[in-house]
Amino acid sequence: MTTKDAAYTYTIRLGDDALILGHRLSELCSRGPILEEDLALTNVALDMIGRAQALLKYAADIEGKGKTDDDIAYRRAEINYYNHLLIEQPNADFAHTIARQLFVSVFEFLFYTELEKSRDETLAAIASKTIKEIKYHMQHAIDWTLRLGDGTSESHNRMQTAVNDLWMYTGELFEMDEVDAQLMRDGIAVDLIPIKAQWHNDIKTVLSKATLLIPEDTYMQTGSKKGIHTENLGHILSEMQYLQRAYPDAVW
Amino acid sequence: MHNEHSDTHFQSRIDNGEHIESKDYMPEGYRKHLIRQISQHAHSEVIGMQPEGNWITRAPSLRAKQILLAKIQDEGGHGLYLYSAAETLGISRVELIENLQSGKAKYSSIFNYPALNWADIGAIGWLVDGAAIVNQVSLQRTSYGPYSRAMVRICKEESFHQRQGYEIMTKMMRGTKDQQAMAQDAMNRWWWPSLMMFGPHDTDSPHSSDAVKWKIKRETNDELRQKFIDKTIPQAELIGLIIPDNNFSLDEKTGHYKISPINWDEFYRVIAGHGPCNKQRVDHHIKFHEEGAWIREAAVAYKQKHVKKELETA
Repeated sequence: MTTKDAAYTYTIRLGDDALILGHRLSELCSRGPILEEDLALTNVALDMIGRAQALLKYAADIEGKGKTDDDIAYRRAEINYYNHLLIEQPNADFAHTIARQLFVSVFEFLFYTELEKSRDETLAAIASKTIKEIKYHMQHAIDWTLRLGDGTSESHNRMQTAVNDLWMYTGELFEMDEVDAQLMRDGIAVDLIPIKAQWHNDIKTVLSKATLLIPEDTYMQTGSKKGIHTENLGHILSEMQYLQRAYPDAVW
Repeated sequence: MHNEHSDTHFQSRIDNGEHIESKDYMPEGYRKHLIRQISQHAHSEVIGMQPEGNWITRAPSLRAKQILLAKIQDEGGHGLYLYSAAETLGISRVELIENLQSGKAKYSSIFNYPALNWADIGAIGWLVDGAAIVNQVSLQRTSYGPYSRAMVRICKEESFHQRQGYEIMTKMMRGTKDQQAMAQDAMNRWWWPSLMMFGPHDTDSPHSSDAVKWKIKRETNDELRQKFIDKTIPQAELIGLIIPDNNFSLDEKTGHYKISPINWDEFYRVIAGHGPCNKQRVDHHIKFHEEGAWIREAAVAYKQKHVKKELETA
């Protein structure tokens, strides 16, 4: 694998996380528990789509075949999508939305803080812009985790269920393969081993403060690095890509 | 000396072009009229998030998706300022929402129409926000201070919405036959309802006279509608959209367009609750409000526990 191929895959993986989570959060428009929260969630969605656009555009540039960010977002099949499985899990209820966001934002905060030091200048620049947004996303998710965990018995139970349900998708956040290995040698990619330890530590602190139990590590789901997803992604893409697929000659 | 709590003094302040502030004396009719109008406006912003939200996940480009998300956020933000402006008149957000859900308070009837194809997002921005701006520009000079200031802020964002709507329509009219057909279909369905947004003719409008006397309303329904028609027909023609009216014409002498009679039966039918989406819009609002109850309760319970803890440790 050339550095170029590895950089393309690495960038697409990051872009897909942002795009698919942006999609999931944007589904909540007009469905928030109060208007302020409706705006907060769609604001996170907007940050995510913005980040996705920057990353997918960069991936298209690396590939060098004259594609646009939209070609990459809208004309790719499930098997060529590499977002983490956690990202595509549905908004089963507000607790699931918050638990997913907590796990992702704490990870992203640690990850993008390191990516800012990448020798790839474009990735470093994207990281430096996005880290400011991630701080807000993380604070928002922590605030709600505390309120739901330490709120009423119903909210506590729902939040505990959400944390338990999503736990099996968190192991994948720290998987590394030959793409990571190659780019780490070049000083481009982030080493996920120290991040894994820090993530567990930070999540334990938040969950304990929220009076929630940390789930036992059981079997961790895996597959997205090879394009193997849960059944959710196909539905997300068929909705997202509908117009581009139905009218392939149209410019929007 | 004037009695500061008299209707005569109030009217003389209005006549002098002064702003009325929340703590100033105002006749009960003025307060009620404003609560009705501002809350209707706020609810329109919030209910309007539904037809547009219907297309976020299917927006055909990353750019379009971001613009649409940002626009809907603006609408929600307008809803927030306007709820706050209404609250200055002594009504709570909880009551405002109850009135929306019970049907006691209205929202703009335009949002009882469905957003069926992507060009509808263009038509909503261009025609619906375009009509709203004509009204809102006029309301920047409304006599109630908090409402007037909210309008100044809102107008800045609405003109961006109108431009992005027109951009979508323009792109589609320059696009494939399918895209042109979608744009024309959206035009056919949104044109007449957007003209109805200005309300009944002045001769049939039950609220106009007091509102004009109190300078809540600065121009009449028909004056505002005419401004919109005169501005919009040339924009449609410029990009090749056909106005769905067989008998409109430009009066060379006045420079105003004349249009066919508006179907007021449809207007009153939709207001009475029989539009395509009245039930759907309100049911949606109620459903997610009710589903959010446990979340709001959790936030309150958390706050109470932690305020208590802080007091105990203080």
